[in-house]
Amino acid sequence: MLTAAEWDVLALSVSIAGRAVLGALPLALLAGWMMARTRFPGRTLLDAVLHSSLFLPPVVVGLVLILLFGNDGPLGHVLAGFGIQLIFTANGAALAAGVMAFPLMLRACRQAIEAVDPRIEAVADSLGAGFWDRTVTVTLPLAAPGLIAAAVIGFAAALGEFGAVITFAANIPGETQTLALAIYAALQQPGGEAVALRLAGISFGVAILALLLSEALLAYGRRRGGQ
Amino acid sequence: MISIAIQQRVGAFSLDVAFDGPADGVTALFGPSGAGKSTTLAAIAGMTTIDTGRIVLGEHVLFDSAEAINVPPRARRIGWVFQDARLFPHLRVEANLRYGLKRAPRPHRIGFDHVVAVLDIGHLLTRGVRDLSGGERQRVALGRALLSQPELLLLDEPLAALDGGRKAEILAYIARLKADFALPMLYVTHSPDEVRAVADHVVLLEQGRVVARGDAAIVGGAPVSAQVVGRDETGVLLRVPSSAIGPGDTITLSIDR
Repeated sequence: MLTAAEWDVLALSVSIAGRAVLGALPLALLAGWMMARTRFPGRTLLDAVLHSSLFLPPVVVGLVLILLFGNDGPLGHVLAGFGIQLIFTANGAALAAGVMAFPLMLRACRQAIEAVDPRIEAVADSLGAGFWDRTVTVTLPLAAPGLIAAAVIGFAAALGEFGAVITFAANIPGETQTLALAIYAALQQPGGEAVALRLAGISFGVAILALLLSEALLAYGRRRGGQ
Repeated sequence: MISIAIQQRVGAFSLDVAFDGPADGVTALFGPSGAGKSTTLAAIAGMTTIDTGRIVLGEHVLFDSAEAINVPPRARRIGWVFQDARLFPHLRVEANLRYGLKRAPRPHRIGFDHVVAVLDIGHLLTRGVRDLSGGERQRVALGRALLSQPELLLLDEPLAALDGGRKAEILAYIARLKADFALPMLYVTHSPDEVRAVADHVVLLEQGRVVARGDAAIVGGAPVSAQVVGRDETGVLLRVPSSAIGPGDTITLSIDR
């Protein structure tokens, strides 16, 4: 059905989007928890900064990443000391896609935590569960459906991310050329529309599969008695 | 033995409550809505930080503003039961019951099988908490609090969400707990019926102050309780000499208007 080249692009895209979610979800959860459950000076400002990739043009996000993580950037320089290069690599593409998907995941995580009744957490406290104990045994299980939704939204957004990825990681077949970038590359070729259309169909199929998977996970969670 | 002194200001409302409770039996914290009953319980459980005061449970000082002692809720050894049972919705009944038990210091004074038997919840253990009736939920909540091996049980209007028949059922279970486990209970309510049914001692609260103390009789017939709970809620105790009636006799009460 799919050609070997199409499989490669698909596998790379899923791998990059997966890495983006794996990296961004814990941070989105932490930030979402802070926004839902804590009050501190500068909270609104921090919220705006965390959402910045939502309102900045993706190419600007890519530029900021180049300045920070490029070989001459402060963070890129440090990472180079450990032999890690992000710019022009698949991990770099995942970083760019994760940064772009982060605000969406943050919002979903925040709502998931806000939906957990703090009085239920207080009961766990009175039953002897300390903060980390009740977070793991009560808060996160009750927030799980929302966190799954956050992961799916993040995965879909990372899968489709174009501007920040091509700016920071370039369009290198087999390394950083995801479905979105491959569609763009195909459109640069004369008569490439058919190839582009097939790749677009694959993108659509992956998004639908991710959605179905999340629905199945939610149904499983409900059967186990989760909210 | 519990000893409580709490001063707390929340906006225009000021709470200034001091009373001692005995080491066993049920002490009812009785009064109308807004008297400060639930705030007092929250302060004892450590869920509300109070301005000044001192809370002592047995030999443990749980809170003392003068000495800057404020034991966190999880270390207070206090079981808490609410009108909405607040069971963990993602856990089955047995896991709910064992949640506090697993985290309690050993040896366990109050055993799992004993609690399950006293509350008749053995047939519910594998059920999800969503399938339970209101009365069943409340029994599981009582069991969960008991199994955390508390030194004090706080009951915050535990019957308020139940209908008449279920109220009587849960009251009977609370009376059984009182008989089976030597454990002081602090029972918040604004129902004179509940006080008469389970309370050994009563602390009457009004507008954040203790206005009377005594046994259960002070909520029925005493002039002070009519002022506190209003005429609709107050009860009357009729004393009938036991020589006047025998077992099985019927007393007819007629009220002329």
